Amino acid sequence: MISIASGKGGTGKTTVAVNLAAAVQDLGVQLLDCDVEEPNAHLFLKPVMTESVDIHAEVPEINLQRCTHCGQCQDICQFNAIAILPEAALTFPELCHSCGGCFLVCPEDAVEGKTRLLGTVEQGLRDSIRFTHGRLRVGEAMAPPLIREVRKRAEKDRITIVDAPPGTSCPVIASLRGSDFVVLVTEPTPFGLNDLELAVGAVRKLNLPMGIVINRSDMGDDRILHYAEREGLPILLQIPFDRNVAERYARGELLTEALPWWKQSMLSLFGEIKNRLEAPQLLPMR
Amino acid sequence: MLELVVVSGKGGTGKTSLVGAFAALAAEKVLCDADVDAADLHLILAPRIVARNAFWSGRKAVIDPGRCTRCGECLQWCRFEAISTDLVVDELSCEGCGVCVHFCPARAVDFPENNCGEWFVSETPFGPMVHAKLGIAEENSGKLVSLIRREARSLAESRGLGLILTDGPPGIGCPVIASVGGASAVLAVTEPTVSGKHDLKRVADLARHFGVPVMVCVNKWDLHPETADEMERFCRNEGHRFVGRLPFDPAFTRAQILGKTIVEYGDCPGKEAVVSVWEKVYGLMRGTRS
Repeated sequence: MISIASGKGGTGKTTVAVNLAAAVQDLGVQLLDCDVEEPNAHLFLKPVMTESVDIHAEVPEINLQRCTHCGQCQDICQFNAIAILPEAALTFPELCHSCGGCFLVCPEDAVEGKTRLLGTVEQGLRDSIRFTHGRLRVGEAMAPPLIREVRKRAEKDRITIVDAPPGTSCPVIASLRGSDFVVLVTEPTPFGLNDLELAVGAVRKLNLPMGIVINRSDMGDDRILHYAEREGLPILLQIPFDRNVAERYARGELLTEALPWWKQSMLSLFGEIKNRLEAPQLLPMR
Repeated sequence: MLELVVVSGKGGTGKTSLVGAFAALAAEKVLCDADVDAADLHLILAPRIVARNAFWSGRKAVIDPGRCTRCGECLQWCRFEAISTDLVVDELSCEGCGVCVHFCPARAVDFPENNCGEWFVSETPFGPMVHAKLGIAEENSGKLVSLIRREARSLAESRGLGLILTDGPPGIGCPVIASVGGASAVLAVTEPTVSGKHDLKRVADLARHFGVPVMVCVNKWDLHPETADEMERFCRNEGHRFVGRLPFDPAFTRAQILGKTIVEYGDCPGKEAVVSVWEKVYGLMRGTRS
């Protein structure tokens, strides 16, 4: 499982993920788009969707016939999702993390299960590439449970490419956990470096091997190269800015199909990753 | 009090460069960087930190092996697969629900408060700024965003400043929801690509869901003029205010490398367009003031 991540948004994660998947599709590939807040990989891969499932979280509802207003459910809830008043019992389903504590603690069996829609998981096929993504419901705050549902649908014996969300907080951790290798896509600018450092910190916390792809490598300076050298992180690929590429991206094209040098770049990236996975003594850790 | 929150849905469309430019153009304001997960505004505004505060939020379970009787009951209660079979809590998976703490028959689970990051009040050449740094791989980004927006507001009130400029996070999840609620207006910065278009719709729907008026600006519009036109039509049809286009201008990157806003960098097409977008945005905000 190879995950494509970045700290900073808009550096080219999705471009690398979909084109890497397309370049090595003959090996048996699946792409998991874990950026459930803003999933974009399908716009480039254009899979034929075969399945769509709504995903719900379990949230409590208090049965007032049974409730004795003892308040134990309110006390165990760390997320302020239950308020027990002398005459009423209120629940705030959007705050609930579905830990199950209120169900377990209620002595009267007065907590009943209700659901909150988190979003949808869709699956499909593009040629031989299996595709899965999640779409968070607009207005829903919690991405990680939906990301876990996307991850759960991975087939074991395929090369898995994960398109992760930007940032370094819980949705990123839910996406990267258990990867064999993390590719961090960045750009050679102050914002690019600052956010790369944060992403490297997150990957180190997960204790995973990683490497760097520098996108728009000629639009900036050499700060990423110096940083990578200092930290002992490999530069796997550098992609110069190309207006033709930017325009094709704008239209939603797969670059490996239109531009042979892109396919070559993606194959070489895959080779770099594979070499590192097969020669663990070379893995840059911590 | 007016608060403009700059969002984008898709990352990397130019939110922070634009907020930096607005900071240089607007008078009498407080700056707020609500992208607490990957904050960048400080890189072009040269803040001098005057107050530094720890951000404590939520708790994490810690099993004390001395008191633990290895009964394994906690394993079956945890819904987040945060407890390993050798009964150690993985701090990255623990959501701090406290179920294991409550039900442990040996009372062997401690539940300390969690230090999730830091927040700062700074002075910049363009006015005061409230910003934060979420701890790496931490949770509760939404709560940190709410906290620094509250602090920015009270700072603005105490100094008699009528405007807050907030740099929002990408996406539509918890930190974005925390950024958008109660704002005077949202400015969505997008780019003329299939993904920009897709993500703009979702973030604009989110703002509408929370009853916040939406303005839209297309960055790098000349990379695909047809899509930029389409976005302008989309705004008209949806009732969002289209406030202008910014050209693809490498000066934005050069300014960033110098640690400057595009306004300080010098005359260039990017600066000219930013000035016109700001006039439109500020005019609309003053007009909608109630």
